[in-house]
Amino acid sequence: MGQSLAEKILQRHTNDHVEGPGQIVRCRVSLALANDITAPLAIKSLRAMGVSRVFDPERVVLVCDHFTPNKDIDSAEQVKVVRDFARQFGIVHYYEGGEVGVEHALLPELGLVGPGDVVVGADSHTCTYGGLGAFATGLGSTDVAAAMALGETWFKVPETIRVDLVGTVEPYVSAKDFILEVIGRIGVAGALYKALEFGGPVVDAMSVEGRMTMANMAIEAGGKAGLFAADATTLAYTAAHGRAQDAPIAPDADAGYAQRLRVDATGMSPRVACPHLPENVKPVEEVSGIPVDQVVIGSCTNGRIEDLRVAAAVLRGRKVARGVRLIVLPASPKAYRLALNEGLLEVFLDAGAVVGPPTCGPCLGGHMGILAGGERCLATTNRNFRGRMGSLDSEVYLASPAVAAATAVAGTIIHPAQVAG
Amino acid sequence: MRFEGKAHVVGDHIDTDAIIPARFLVTADPGELGKNCMEGLTPGWVRRVSPGDILVAGENFGCGSSREHAPLAILGAGIPVVLAKSFARIFYRNGFNMGLVLLEMGDAIDRLGDGNALVVDVAQGVVENRTTGETFQVRPVPGFMMEMLEAGGLVQYVRRRLGGAA
Repeated sequence: MGQSLAEKILQRHTNDHVEGPGQIVRCRVSLALANDITAPLAIKSLRAMGVSRVFDPERVVLVCDHFTPNKDIDSAEQVKVVRDFARQFGIVHYYEGGEVGVEHALLPELGLVGPGDVVVGADSHTCTYGGLGAFATGLGSTDVAAAMALGETWFKVPETIRVDLVGTVEPYVSAKDFILEVIGRIGVAGALYKALEFGGPVVDAMSVEGRMTMANMAIEAGGKAGLFAADATTLAYTAAHGRAQDAPIAPDADAGYAQRLRVDATGMSPRVACPHLPENVKPVEEVSGIPVDQVVIGSCTNGRIEDLRVAAAVLRGRKVARGVRLIVLPASPKAYRLALNEGLLEVFLDAGAVVGPPTCGPCLGGHMGILAGGERCLATTNRNFRGRMGSLDSEVYLASPAVAAATAVAGTIIHPAQVAG
Repeated sequence: MRFEGKAHVVGDHIDTDAIIPARFLVTADPGELGKNCMEGLTPGWVRRVSPGDILVAGENFGCGSSREHAPLAILGAGIPVVLAKSFARIFYRNGFNMGLVLLEMGDAIDRLGDGNALVVDVAQGVVENRTTGETFQVRPVPGFMMEMLEAGGLVQYVRRRLGGAA
């Protein structure tokens, strides 16, 4: 039997022979990543391990993106710990201030990840890089510390769920809607310990940014990774970001899968995940009319330039509804600058939005858009657990940038076609 | 390894924001984190816990973020072991790395009630419910993870490897 993408990539990074799911393999890592919340714990573990240097100062990445710009004294102290460590250990890829972006939007734009890589990050959305054809997964701080020290980690070879996207994509439907549909079908534990592998004609035609949006939320189905083959589209993307040497990678035609799923895009409308789990997915029509207090457009899921363009197209010439706060956070310095040059920031400002810096901020209830009791937010982020964005008595709905922009204009959840035609 | 304690039952899909909300992630100290354990589930939840008590959870316990602060908060609250129907995978690795014992019980988890007196024998893979008199054989800890535990956790494991290489 042939190999799935997960098996194929892991095989390239281990001396063990990858036989199939369940086997534990020791793998070399291409990159080890942590952020301002998780790096301090990793550094504590590295010191307890007696580590005096990392395996490769060019392949350890530290991004201070969660509580930055530092929201209080404690978070400033945490960033200081990371900064001092980066200096002491000669970490090449340390990012804060004007260089910082939401880590999983930033790294692909810096050309730090490519097809066939194995990436571990002390952040659950590390799975985003699966959109580039990398086996990427979130681990805890101490696991990542071990990877930073040794340049390797262990994995249980996962079973794979193959998802094929077919049919004709309707207007205002995008990657976010497809991944919400998948999570809605299999549930938040549907891919527990497994990899999701996406393919089919809709994926073939999908941008790399869209693929990253889908891979990003594999973890919301419990998945270990969300994988896409690296094709000509991928290679054009990585080459444009400074990686000329990348090669394609695809699963074998006779790969073995634990489960197969088929999503037909034809006739499908935008999806919305309702409180308080990402699996509570409904067509937008079924939740249409629910009033919101806040809309957030940003995050590692949907804060890339493509997302900002979609949102701006809906918002152009329109105003945010009275009483609604629209917060737009471009996810990287590059997305921010492009949005500026393309006039998108002006569209957002004209509409009445707050445009903030790249930060994870409100997605995890950190800062820059916390919800009070009884408030309701629709966000392009990835989690709507109870209390995720603030008060335990607040609610979060998840949707695409198009639905978010339309909802901000209407003041109630709405299909973008009803706002923008 | 053997633990005796009172059961505290929580539901399915208890996420890391419930275990320790992000606003408390400005420290890595287990004691500090422990004061807010399950604060995102029920405010003041931790006040019901006595040191040595056992957490009993449903499906997919620890889903969500990779924050190692979650197992640390549980340990900091004085809970040394979690029994669940199943665990989210990042949390599962983190638990063992931090020295929090995690045992998967499948559907047998429904036989443990809030406040029941439990005895857990990790090596034997046995959970005894003294309140009801029932005994359960649980899925054993995978050999590889047990080796890690026996090495004294991941920090000690790496320390030993680096020492050997020097």
